[in-house]
Amino acid sequence: MTTLTPILSANWDRPESFTLADYRAEGGYESLRTALGMDPDELVDLVKTAGLRGRGGAGFPTGMKWGFLPKDNPKPRYLVVNADESEPGTCKDVPLMLANPHVLLEGVAITCYAIRSHQAFIYVRGEVLHVIRRLRQAVAEAYEAGLFGTNILGSGFDLEVVVHAGAGAYICGEETALLDSLEGYRGQPRLKPPFPAVAGLYASPTVVNNVESISSVPSIVSGGADWFTAMGTEKSPGFGLFSLSGHVSRPGQYEAPLGVTLRELLDMAGGVREGHELKFWTPGGSSTPILTADHLDTPLDFEAIGAAGSMLGTRALQIFDDTTCVVRAVLRWIEFYAHESCGKCTPCREGNFWMVQVLERLEHGRGTEADLEKLLDICDNLLGRSFCALGDGATSPVTSSISYFRQEYIDHFEQGGCPFDPTKSTVWGESS
Amino acid sequence: MTEETAGTDRAETAGAFDPEVRQRLEADAKEIISRYPQARSALLPLLHLVQSEEGYVSDRGVAFCAEQLDITKAEVTAVVTFYTMYKRRPTADYNVGVCTNTLCAVLGGDQIYTELKEHLGVGNDEPTPDGTVSVEHVECNAACDYAPVVMVNWEFFDNQTPDSARELVDNLRDGAAVRPTRGPDSLCTWRQASRILAGFSDGRAGEGPQAGEASLAGLRLARERGWSAPDPQETGVLEEGSE
Repeated sequence: MTTLTPILSANWDRPESFTLADYRAEGGYESLRTALGMDPDELVDLVKTAGLRGRGGAGFPTGMKWGFLPKDNPKPRYLVVNADESEPGTCKDVPLMLANPHVLLEGVAITCYAIRSHQAFIYVRGEVLHVIRRLRQAVAEAYEAGLFGTNILGSGFDLEVVVHAGAGAYICGEETALLDSLEGYRGQPRLKPPFPAVAGLYASPTVVNNVESISSVPSIVSGGADWFTAMGTEKSPGFGLFSLSGHVSRPGQYEAPLGVTLRELLDMAGGVREGHELKFWTPGGSSTPILTADHLDTPLDFEAIGAAGSMLGTRALQIFDDTTCVVRAVLRWIEFYAHESCGKCTPCREGNFWMVQVLERLEHGRGTEADLEKLLDICDNLLGRSFCALGDGATSPVTSSISYFRQEYIDHFEQGGCPFDPTKSTVWGESS
Repeated sequence: MTEETAGTDRAETAGAFDPEVRQRLEADAKEIISRYPQARSALLPLLHLVQSEEGYVSDRGVAFCAEQLDITKAEVTAVVTFYTMYKRRPTADYNVGVCTNTLCAVLGGDQIYTELKEHLGVGNDEPTPDGTVSVEHVECNAACDYAPVVMVNWEFFDNQTPDSARELVDNLRDGAAVRPTRGPDSLCTWRQASRILAGFSDGRAGEGPQAGEASLAGLRLARERGWSAPDPQETGVLEEGSE
């Protein structure tokens, strides 16, 4: 049986957990002290050996990303933290920054030292005002305590950190769109290569990492690579925040080793809402193909979820029970992608627009079987043909739902309408 | 927005800011620009700043940003229109955003959104006639474990119902105190919120809880059952040079 492993969330029940004093009382910033006594390359190797994989969804090895920075480029290097948490279902970085901003900031300082950067930006989505307050306050505290600024802890290492609030655009979670946004432009993705490691912010070598990835670094420095790999699976080592939401008795954040199963997590969370059964779920946000009750025992790691036809993504486990209409769910997700498409490439801009039209017709019982083929055809023209992962992600709910619930689509037009009562799926629906 | 109201807004804001306002904004703009290695990076916070002055990004707000960064108004407008948090017409003091992305919608966000609009007699993103409240549907706000979620001026109001949301907007209209579930002790106005987004502190970071109940669900269970991460001493790595 897998058990929970609170690390990033271990201090969240302390009322002052977000203050520097409280973070330090629990040993905070000791990893930074250790790191500053090490050779920067040794730190990069440590994170490589630990095998930490990006926690923002893609799962790219973090240490390897750091290692891609060219050694001979004379331009300044930048660290940009992706705190633009917006993937539907994803709700881990926001509570992390609200309760424990200093673990992120300690990770920022260690990472910058490791990659020899003297300037970091934290790009946080604008729609979370109190998170922004807490982050800014924590940065101010860190400066005051000599943890940021010049000659950090007497090491001779200098670091400036800026918290930058976004302005509402899901696409800015894509790392190159984020960089364009941070440079003061419309947030549209860039052609890769060159990758940010070579030409990122201001065309300088840049590392872009997710909040949770960077926040995991201090514990790797203090615990060591063997400690980290003692958790998780061989190819997906370590721990992560698993976010359960939807039709589950106790939704919330569950920090566990990668490879835990949904069955185990649901058991911890009190199971699916009483009197109902699991119908479908996302392993890592709306851009990851949905799965069903057949996948309850699939280990939640990059490989096993990949083999099951989906992606681990951000471990955003959205649980939907038997009262939920899958067509309605997919329609709403595609409305989201259509709204958030940046418009740069035709497949995504047009494909999502037309998928909304088709899905709307289907949901309201006016579709035909040919519409299903049309949807799959549009997906064929989106997946792998759009400019960035937004377009790819949009196909996930469509293709996976047709594959698992084709009959439910057909029922809609055979019955001339949606067979579900939307009030039954609401939180209060059962009691009314 | 109808063509007619758009025209009126433009007429109202055609001129420049009053000299005192301008002087104050210029001082703020200078501070914002100084945070970045390249001035243009300051555009998003500058737009939050002009929004904090007028409640929305007016034509003179656009002109102000363009001047500060020595770029064209068209370049600024291209950015304004890309991001949903910038408003292009006068706003209410309290913007109520109901999450209607799939998970919140299914759990009741759709019903909350429909009933709120009906209750206030307004359309999407349209202020009430007294200018206190507007309602809009918003995308996923990263609080899915508290669904259905309502945001007011970008503060969290978790686990809402149609009744609680109605009470919330009634209180906002009556000027009664409301308290976000995970946020400061009271709400600031839309303009004040925009100023925080521009990067100016209101000194309230310490208010409110460190975490909500759902955020603590896993930690509480781990404490109950005595679960923890492995002890680094036992994974045998603390000798120098772990390779």
